[in-house]
Amino acid sequence: MKQTVEVKGQYSPGANFVIKEKLVHFLFRYGTLLVIALLILFFSVTNERFLTYSNFTDILRSISIVTLVALGVTFTLIVGGFDLSVGSTVSLATIGSAAALVWYRQELLIALLIPLLLGLVVGLINSFIVVKIKIPDLLATLAVMYIVNGIQLTYTKGFSIYNNMPMADGGTAPGVFIPSFLFIGQGKLFSIPFPAILMIFFVIIVHLFLSYTKAGRLLYVTGANREAARLSGVPVERYRMYAYVLSGLFASIAGIVLASRIGTGQISAGAPLLMDGVAAALIGYSVLGQGKPNPFGTFIGAVLIGILLNGLTMMNVPYYAQDIVKGTILVAALAFTFYQKKAADFKI
Amino acid sequence: MSQLIMRNINKRFDKMEVLKNVTFSVKAGEVHALLGVNGAGKSTLMKILAGDYEKDGGTIEMDGKEIAIGSPSDAKRHGIGIVVQEVDTALFPTLSIAENLVIDDYTSGFKLSRLSWRSIRKQAEAILTEMNILLDVNKQVADCSLSEKQMILIARAIAGNVRYLILDEPTAPLSENETETLFRLIKKLREKGVGIIYISHRMPEIKRISDRFTVLRDGKLITTEEIKNTTTGQIIRQMLGKSLQNVKRQPKPISPNTLLEVKKLHVPDTGKEITLKVHEGEIVGIAGLVGAGKSETAKALFGAGSAKGSWIINGKDRKIVSPYDALKHGLSLVPEERRKEGIVTGHSVAHNLSLPSLKSFTKFGWLQLKKEKVFSKDKIKQLGIVAPSEESLLKNLSGGNQQKVAIGKWISQDRNVFLFDEPTKGIDVNAKREIFQLIDLLAGQGKGIVYFTSEIEELLLIADRILVMYDGEITSSFTGAEATRENIMQAATGGKLSETNS
Repeated sequence: MKQTVEVKGQYSPGANFVIKEKLVHFLFRYGTLLVIALLILFFSVTNERFLTYSNFTDILRSISIVTLVALGVTFTLIVGGFDLSVGSTVSLATIGSAAALVWYRQELLIALLIPLLLGLVVGLINSFIVVKIKIPDLLATLAVMYIVNGIQLTYTKGFSIYNNMPMADGGTAPGVFIPSFLFIGQGKLFSIPFPAILMIFFVIIVHLFLSYTKAGRLLYVTGANREAARLSGVPVERYRMYAYVLSGLFASIAGIVLASRIGTGQISAGAPLLMDGVAAALIGYSVLGQGKPNPFGTFIGAVLIGILLNGLTMMNVPYYAQDIVKGTILVAALAFTFYQKKAADFKI
Repeated sequence: MSQLIMRNINKRFDKMEVLKNVTFSVKAGEVHALLGVNGAGKSTLMKILAGDYEKDGGTIEMDGKEIAIGSPSDAKRHGIGIVVQEVDTALFPTLSIAENLVIDDYTSGFKLSRLSWRSIRKQAEAILTEMNILLDVNKQVADCSLSEKQMILIARAIAGNVRYLILDEPTAPLSENETETLFRLIKKLREKGVGIIYISHRMPEIKRISDRFTVLRDGKLITTEEIKNTTTGQIIRQMLGKSLQNVKRQPKPISPNTLLEVKKLHVPDTGKEITLKVHEGEIVGIAGLVGAGKSETAKALFGAGSAKGSWIINGKDRKIVSPYDALKHGLSLVPEERRKEGIVTGHSVAHNLSLPSLKSFTKFGWLQLKKEKVFSKDKIKQLGIVAPSEESLLKNLSGGNQQKVAIGKWISQDRNVFLFDEPTKGIDVNAKREIFQLIDLLAGQGKGIVYFTSEIEELLLIADRILVMYDGEITSSFTGAEATRENIMQAATGGKLSETNS
């Protein structure tokens, strides 16, 4: 008799239990969006300047660079890898375009091609070390992060590049940041900041690519089970390589936008973007209960971080304290994802 | 004389009785072989003795006194040691041999005394010298070969004053020379009065080194006898029992057209060469016990094991260096480890089914999702896959349905040869039957099938020709009336055919 009661209790959960299950499921799907809604509500109430069009575009502009970096990180996460070198690749690309414009008086095309090429090369080096030499991704890209960071510092001898800067030969730099280049980071189209348009464009492109092309599908399959993918005839090494190359490319696009936005070639400017980019991509796991890296989620992750920083700054929370909040939000977002699913399903 | 007796041991998992009143004994100074086919209960019995499992009934006695074994440390205290098959799980790879040898001293009890490196090395050297093992104690275990690791484990057990030692399939990964070294060591231990329980599938070895043997079948004790009074044939008959039904496959005419031929394909993982021919519509069974190198060979045939050799597919010479090449030339593999290698559990049925042929659902790089949907719906129906929809994730399906996906994804016009590696592992009887029907159907369509398994019954049911693998090589071939369980088992355990009737 006693036994049957126990069994019954186990298999027909009470109403409380059902509600708890539903709540967990709801949070799993919509938790991140809910947090964003609550943040907007909170900041709107506490600060009247928060809910204005100009502040809205400010937020979009500020997250555009992080989103571009995070899209690159998303690719490496998808194939079950990781790229720590994106921050220094951003710096390298920034320096690359600044040097082309200011030191060598190049036109727009060259100022764009050089950083893209640099990003491509870093991506190829990463994929060679990770895929061919088989050094674990975290270690390999950590090493490349140092190397790339060192290269951009050595190339500039540790000085930032700006208009009319004094040169070693006693004169001033021949070139300047030309208006067409500055438009990328500072211009507006239909009163929307151009970098925000660029970001939205790439989020959509990456989403289409990952969901509706063969290459996108194979990237996901490679990350989900590399051995099964290989035994199904997927050239997994090639797809892992693509992911690192794309990561480098997106980092260099972010570097171009960054250089254009600040109008100088600031050394090591990309370093803080690494952690924000990774955080955005990881928060992206939880958006709509995807449970895997995805570009829309990554964008939402960047939005969450952007709103948070904007609001906190408006509330005069010092920048050094903002990291505490950022980290806490990351834990919360990941909790939504991992609480319901087995951790084994997510290999980061 | 000192003796270890396990009396009337019972053990059940859920409702499955895996050991029924088994009595087993080993004397000091004897090598006792424990035999039985897969699932006979050998491992369970030994795990009870080593303290990994708790017995449900029965007693364990040593020197006439009952002892209680509730944990591995209990077993160790009573002088029972085990050298497991996966030697790496029992060693610390980044520590030196010396440290690994005396590790028991670290772990037993709380010690405040200073660890002296010199005394550790001395102690370790003494252990090795006593056993005539020539190894540098300063070497890291990670740098040791498999056989060296085994030696270290045995030495460690002996150093812990082991009186009864269980060796679980110790020679499976060893070369001939290494096996000789191991046998010398076993002999030495025997002279020292250690009782050895030796689990192996290799009949010649058993005949050579053991004194007595015990056969288990379906969790029951069949016999315990002196080894010198029996023949390999008798032992095998006791392992297999009476053949329940003799379902013989109707012999069918085999087309003379060769679909796949490999000649002297060198398989790096087994270090052996394989020569094999598959005809149109033929089901070739490859029988082999665990550790015979079936999976390694199957993967090598599929280009996944960096094998070197030549493939002749449909009369044309092909170079296959990756599964991607194999796919291009019409080969398919259904691997043994379904969830790890056969399917992508986090993706949908549709994604899994279309994966190898994704190209045909692609136009200018874009996926034709509608076409994929129709295709997978058809496949689901055709294969009888039970799933809520084609969008269900594979991890939510049962093992049998997962396996149907793992097989079904390969079925298409341009696939010619199917390699199956233990395709019925972990699936129920019904799903098994359906998979057999599917394989038969494929053969009927003129596809060539290579079926690797350790379940001999299955091969008798389905294969047109049965090859037997032993130690990485195909050693014999059976067709028609010759293909009996006894003959195949004899070959699979390394017995010579001529011995059968002696």
